[in-house]
Amino acid sequence: MTQLMNENGIRCDGRKVDQLRNISIKVGVLKNADGSAYIEFGKNKILAGIFGPRDVHPKHMANQDSGILRCRYHMSPFSVTERKNPAPSRREIEISKVIKEALQPAVILKDFPRTVVDVFIEVLQADGGTRCAALDAASVALADAGIPMHDLVSACAAGKVADQIVLDINNEEDQEGQADMPIAYMPNLGKITLMQLDGILSPSEYQKCIQTGISGCKQVYEIQRKALMEKYFGNETP
Amino acid sequence: MTNSVILAQLKRDRILELLKEGKRLDGRGLEDQRPLSIDVGVIPKANGSARVRLGDTEIVTGVKIQPDKPFPDLGDKGILICTAEILPLADPNAEPGPPNEEVIELARVVDRGIRETEMLDLHQLVLIENKSVIGIFIDNSVTDAGGNLFDACSYASVAALLSCTVPKYEIKDELPVLVEGVTSKPPIKTIPVSVTMARIGEYIVVDPNSDEEACMDARLTITTNSEGNICAIQKGGSDGFTFEQVIRCSEIALPVGTKIRKQLEKLM
Repeated sequence: MTQLMNENGIRCDGRKVDQLRNISIKVGVLKNADGSAYIEFGKNKILAGIFGPRDVHPKHMANQDSGILRCRYHMSPFSVTERKNPAPSRREIEISKVIKEALQPAVILKDFPRTVVDVFIEVLQADGGTRCAALDAASVALADAGIPMHDLVSACAAGKVADQIVLDINNEEDQEGQADMPIAYMPNLGKITLMQLDGILSPSEYQKCIQTGISGCKQVYEIQRKALMEKYFGNETP
Repeated sequence: MTNSVILAQLKRDRILELLKEGKRLDGRGLEDQRPLSIDVGVIPKANGSARVRLGDTEIVTGVKIQPDKPFPDLGDKGILICTAEILPLADPNAEPGPPNEEVIELARVVDRGIRETEMLDLHQLVLIENKSVIGIFIDNSVTDAGGNLFDACSYASVAALLSCTVPKYEIKDELPVLVEGVTSKPPIKTIPVSVTMARIGEYIVVDPNSDEEACMDARLTITTNSEGNICAIQKGGSDGFTFEQVIRCSEIALPVGTKIRKQLEKLM
């Protein structure tokens, strides 16, 4: 078993307990998609592409009163150590659903009845926390596609490692740590739109873990904002 | 707007009106669950089984226990697999065929509750390390869908596990062989209890029925263990929660869970 934290409180990848991995986001990286983004979140490399609002196929899925949101989260076979079967796994189907439900509160689709906005996410390399990183990219890509939104959705996990609450769980910490809590948050509306937990937390740790996660989401938000600024207004961040 | 949308909106308005007075459509208080009845041993051919009714929701769950190969990276643990199916006879909208995303989420949330609380000591289910282990398969069949399938399936799974008997296997020539007539109790460490809450407007209601699920803004399922810790969470639905609301949900899930746990403990 790898040592997850040393006596100075430094984690196995050299970070402090409240430190995010390095994150970089590029907006508008795909030519065919209506909106797109590429995120590197630590060693995670993820693409998100948006199509729509466009006609719904199959037609029976269409809603007369609003546009609908669909999401496909997919991992490339080469994205993990052991080759992954390219067919969507149960895990990927569940993650597609929770990501869709995390983005839904942010998008305003009532003006696009009978249409769909498709969110396609491809995890090219996975290293723990892919659903959060994927959400961060998808949210920016939706903004890039010009979809009306109440707020960006920013996501980041918190968790418990070596009896301490830490920010942004990496792959080793996910495998061998005590708890992993992915959170997605709309920073301007103060709303949690994704929350899951694997692992055991006392009620006070639970509260601290959510607070830690939200603080991470707020940091991610600034990076998302900067990435959008860069594409649309050059480097002159106000 | 189409008719169905108008009716759904009227129903939501009515539900919200009642919630303002602290009431619900079916007469419950906000933090009351529907009546829960649990019968165990209903399928004698299974190693453990339960029929659970939670209001209008009914689940039949069977536990089958048989030797299997361990997961490649977990050679020192028995395997645990939990599935769920909404039978076509349970819901006019259910269709036979491969599971859709709702059903996959249901099975994975029930599985997570049992796995993450470490309800079973899987280390005790190893026959030969890395080669042969005992597998525990929990299959939930929803026979009547009346809302909050998460909690109903979770209680049925836990009840079936608590009341199951584990057959004895011996290794002969590196192969597991059943020892007839010898069984043991399952290696239970804690009792997970899942509590699902729906947010409708500003109100949090426990154990939503189908009417409430149809108009809820968001859903939160919190699983706690016997020691009062929080072990698994799943948020669902098309809106979110504030920080204060998720804290409030945990404060509701613990005492409601304790009450259900007392009912489950009697099955051991």
